[in-house]
Amino acid sequence: MKKSIDPRINRLDLPENKDGKEILHALEEWETYEVFHQKKRGDQHIHTGIVHAANPELALIMAKEAFGRRRQTANLWVVRSKDVTASLYEDADIFLTTPEKTYREASDYYCMDRIRKYQQEHGIKDRKEDRRKKKESD
Amino acid sequence: MYGNTYIELSDKAKSLLEGEDPQKLAEFEARIAAGEKIEPKDWMPKAYRKQLIRMIEQHAHSEIVGALPEGTWITRAPGFRRKLALMAKVQDEVGHAQLLYSAAETLGKTRENMLNDLINGKSKYSNVFNYPALTWADTAIISWLIDAGAIINQVTNSKGSYGPYCRALERICSEESFHLKYGHDNVVFLATGTPQQREMVQEALNRWWQPIMHFHGPPDKISDHTEILMRWKVKMATNDDMRERFLDEYVPKIWDLGLTIPDQKLKKNEKTGKWEYTEPDWEEFKRVINGDGPCNKERLQVRRWAVERGAWVRRALIKADSKYTVPLA
Ligand SMILES: [Fe+2]
Ligand SMILES: [Fe+2]
Repeated sequence: MKKSIDPRINRLDLPENKDGKEILHALEEWETYEVFHQKKRGDQHIHTGIVHAANPELALIMAKEAFGRRRQTANLWVVRSKDVTASLYEDADIFLTTPEKTYREASDYYCMDRIRKYQQEHGIKDRKEDRRKKKESD
Repeated sequence: MYGNTYIELSDKAKSLLEGEDPQKLAEFEARIAAGEKIEPKDWMPKAYRKQLIRMIEQHAHSEIVGALPEGTWITRAPGFRRKLALMAKVQDEVGHAQLLYSAAETLGKTRENMLNDLINGKSKYSNVFNYPALTWADTAIISWLIDAGAIINQVTNSKGSYGPYCRALERICSEESFHLKYGHDNVVFLATGTPQQREMVQEALNRWWQPIMHFHGPPDKISDHTEILMRWKVKMATNDDMRERFLDEYVPKIWDLGLTIPDQKLKKNEKTGKWEYTEPDWEEFKRVINGDGPCNKERLQVRRWAVERGAWVRRALIKADSKYTVPLA
């Protein structure tokens, strides 16, 4: 073999690599884990990526290297991908009516007009009217 | 680094769409046209899946092999701070590989298979890493200008249509900004140093100019095939467009340092607004990417050595009830 410029590589007994052999067997990179990252205490944990690991403890170590190496991190969760049950994008239409449910929104309730009308008809003083007048005269 | 991939343009465009359900295809294309992302479990054309696997996998291999020429210099980096910075950069590159392998994996190819295909030469990686980093100045040029080329590529691709790839690229791009500044800092230090240091960095630039010009790949033949990949937001810009952006941004910065670029023809045509340059040797590019470069053999041998040496540990940790699951996102 041609000499490498890296003396460490020259000290290795490198394999010929001509046989086209399958070097990695199935599952040799173990199972996959989903990683959830919390930036600081009090924040939500947010899904941030995937690691491969032989068990949850090692998955945490991999997750620390992959996702806690550069960014501020308070806490990490790892969950086996196979333990996550997800809804289907094809079923996303079940969420389509959500924006129509205006009765869930505070902004959909306004009854001042009704109150004012009733007050005028029944001679009830409008508290706010008084306050407004006071402000103007001050 | 290093998102440049070489999509094969030989297949007939028609074969990209062969056997696909026209209604599903129309919905898929409408979603992309509306700027929505495609997620792993969505329906997608077979050719979309295939091209993305090839592209993301090659990108991942480029990160992991790209760590080798620079990794060589960690023990010899001048000064403790540069050693720390270079280690951090090389670790980032390996981290990028992890992110990208995972993104490709969501499309259905296992990481074991991707690594096997790398070692056996069945899938490619960025051609530039088949050249050696002969001196410390070479690592400076790589960190600055190869990473710069890669950033242009990665920012462009991060606007693509496949969700997991875009998310990985966004994280990668934010880390790359350190690589770029670190590389620039090293080049500036040498270029403003002793005559010997200046000479060293000029020589490194001369050696790397052709690989840099190769970096974004040969000019695309514009075919129906390319058009479909662009419509699907798999390919986001032509190779020549990306090269143009690179030249626009970095040639002036190289000239700022009084360094020369080894191409007499290189200049911006004020009328057309385009760069004029000598086409790099595309025959050499082909030869090297097909295995006959100065370091191809060594790079793959080193990867194989590492994988084989670690095999007993990895195999010992496989549990009887382990079951492979395609990751979610
Ligand atoms: Fe990278
Ligand atoms: Fe980089």
